[in-house]
Amino acid sequence: MTDAGSGDVTGGKGEGAAAWLDARLPVVSGFRQEYIDYPTPRNLNGLWNFGAILTVVLLVMLATGIFLAVNYTPTAAGAFASVEAIERQLPSGWLLRSIHVTGASLFLAALYVHLFRGLYYGSYKRPREVLWLTGLLLLVMVMFTAFAGYVLPWGQMSYWGADVAGKAVDAIPGIGPWLEHFLQGGDAPGDVSLHRFFVLHFVLAFAVLGVVVLHVAALHVTGSNNPLGIEPKEPRDTLTFHPYYTSKDAVGLILFALLFAVLVFFLPNLMFEAENFRPANPLHTPADIEPEWYFLPFYGMLQSVPSKFGGLLAAVGSILVLFLVPWLDTSPIRSARFRPVYRVGMVALVASFVLLGLVGRHHAEGGWMIVGRVALAYYFAHFLVLLPLSKRLERGVILPRSISSGLDAGA
Amino acid sequence: MRAVILASVAAGAILMAAAPGSARAQERRHEVAAPQAWSFAGPLGRFDMAAVQRGYAVYAQVCSACHSLNGMTYGDLTSIGLTDEQVRQIAAGQSVPGGVDAQGAAVMRPATAADHFRQPFASVEAAAAANNGAPPPDQSRLALVYPGGPDRIYALLTGYRPAPPGFVPTNAGAFYNPYAANFEIGMPPPLRDGQVEYADGTTATTAQEARDVTTFLAWAAQPHLAERHRLGVQVTLYLLFLAILAFILKRKVWSDVH
Repeated sequence: MTDAGSGDVTGGKGEGAAAWLDARLPVVSGFRQEYIDYPTPRNLNGLWNFGAILTVVLLVMLATGIFLAVNYTPTAAGAFASVEAIERQLPSGWLLRSIHVTGASLFLAALYVHLFRGLYYGSYKRPREVLWLTGLLLLVMVMFTAFAGYVLPWGQMSYWGADVAGKAVDAIPGIGPWLEHFLQGGDAPGDVSLHRFFVLHFVLAFAVLGVVVLHVAALHVTGSNNPLGIEPKEPRDTLTFHPYYTSKDAVGLILFALLFAVLVFFLPNLMFEAENFRPANPLHTPADIEPEWYFLPFYGMLQSVPSKFGGLLAAVGSILVLFLVPWLDTSPIRSARFRPVYRVGMVALVASFVLLGLVGRHHAEGGWMIVGRVALAYYFAHFLVLLPLSKRLERGVILPRSISSGLDAGA
Repeated sequence: MRAVILASVAAGAILMAAAPGSARAQERRHEVAAPQAWSFAGPLGRFDMAAVQRGYAVYAQVCSACHSLNGMTYGDLTSIGLTDEQVRQIAAGQSVPGGVDAQGAAVMRPATAADHFRQPFASVEAAAAANNGAPPPDQSRLALVYPGGPDRIYALLTGYRPAPPGFVPTNAGAFYNPYAANFEIGMPPPLRDGQVEYADGTTATTAQEARDVTTFLAWAAQPHLAERHRLGVQVTLYLLFLAILAFILKRKVWSDVH
C-alpha cells in the first residue's frame, strides 16, 4: 500500500538533487519562472536598467560595509583614527572605503534616475501602487542610511552635518528641543549619537535589502511597466527575461561599473569632501557647511522657506507627497509620451529639483532665495495641482492598441 | 524623456555659468599660488619617490618639531622605498609613551614600526601654549585639506619676505607671508638653505627643501595614489573590453527581435 499524499511529490519533473529540492521548495522552478521565462515588455529602454544596477550596488555596499564595520570604532574618540587606519594601514582598506563612499553617491544617483523614470512613465499607476510605495519606502530608508553613514567618519562635515540635522529637529514647535536632546543623547552630537548612527546605519542597510525583496516581489506580480505605458496584450509584446534582458542589463551594469571605476580610481576628490579629512572639532564651525550633493535639493527647500519649521515641513513634505502620487494622478494614461501637459510638467519638475539643489549649494542667498521659492512652489504645485487637473487638460489621446503595434507605428 | 534630461542638463549648465560668486569666495585674502609641475598631478600621476624620501628627511629634521602626523605609523614609511631595517631604526630612535611602571609613573619606550608617529606636544592645549595660541596643524592630510593644496604649501614655504611698510599683523608676533590667509602666519620661516642634510647628496636649497617636503606631504595625504592610478588603468581597460563583448552579445541576442 502506498501513501499517495506524502510519497512521490517530484511530479515527474526529472530526478536528482535539484528536482528533489524543487519539489519541496521550488527554488529551481521559481528562479526559472521569475528570471528566465519571466515575460518582459519588449520595448524597455535603457532607463529600465537602473533597477538591476541598484540591486547590484546595494550588494556591493553591504559587502564593503561589513569589512569596513569590523575595522571601525564607533566612539567619538576613536572613530576618526579608525577610519584613517582603514585608509592607511589596512591592506586595500583605501579601496574598500573608496568603493563604499562612491557607491553611496552612485546609489542615490541611480535611485533618483529610477524615481523620475517611474514618474515620467506613470509606473506608479494601477495596478503598481504597492510597487511604488515600497520603492518610496526604500528611498526614505536609503536616505537615512546614507546620512547615518556620512556621520560615521567623525570628520568636520560629519560632525556639523549631524549638528544641522539636530537643529532641524530642534525647529519642531513644542517638543523640538526635547526631541533633539533625546535623539542625540545630549545637547550636541557626541559618543551616544555616534553609536546610535552606527547601529542605525548597519540595521537599516539590511532592512533595505529586505524591502528590496518586497519591491521585486511586487514587481513580479504586476510585471514591468514600459515606455508606452500600455499592458502587454499579445505574445509578441513580450520577451523572456533571459537572454534578452539579462544581456541588456549586463551592458548597462558594465557601463555603470565603468563610471564607478573612473570615479573611484581617477576622481576620488569628487566623492570625498576634503573638509571631512579634518577630525570633528565641536569648537570650530567650518566656514561652509554643506550636505552631500544628493541632499542638496532638500537642503535648498529647508533654506527657501523663511521659517525654520516651515522649511522642515517643506523638505519632509516633498517626500511624503510622492506617496500620494498614485491617487493624485487620476489620468488613465500612464506614459508621459502621450500626455502633452504632464510631459512639460515633468520637465519643469526635474528642472525645479535640480534648481533646488543649486539653491542649497548657494545657501539660498540673494537671487537664489527667489529661485528657491519659485522652484519649491512649482514642486508642490506639480503634484497637488497639475496632477489632479491634467486629466481634464489632456483629452482626445489615442493610445496604440498594443506594444507591438505601437512600435510598428514608430511611437 | 530625452527632452527632460536635456532640459535639466541645460538648466543646470546655464545656472552654473550664471551662478553668483560662491560662499567660498568670501574666504580670507591671500595671493594665489603659481601652479607647479608635480610628479603626482593628473590622472596618471605617481610620486617621485626620491623626492618623497628627501621630503621625509625635511619633515623629520624640521617639521616634526611642531607638526604631528597622526594618521601615519613608522611602518607606513616602507611604501616610500625604505627597507624594514631602515624603518625599524627610524622608529627605535623615537620614544613614545609606554604606559606606566609598577609605581604608576609614566614611562617612555622606543617606538616600533607599528607605532604611530610621535606627537610633538602632549596635548592640543600644550601645542597652542607653545605656539602663540595657535596649535600647528596636523600634517596627515594637510595637502588635501589646505585650500590651494600643494601649490600653496610650496608657495607659502618659499614666500616669506619682509613685510611691506605699514603692515601690522592682527596677531602679535605673526609673520608676513603673501600666501597665508590675511597675509600673516604664526609659523616662523621654517626652511633655509642647507638646513637639511640629504642622504642622496642633493644640494639643500630652500626651494629644493620646500619642493621635497611638499611632495612628501602630498604623499602622506594620499599614500595610495600611484597604486590607485595603476589599478584604475587595469580595471578601466578590463571593463571597456567587457563592455564591448557584452554589447556584441546583446546585439546578437536581440537580432531576431526587430
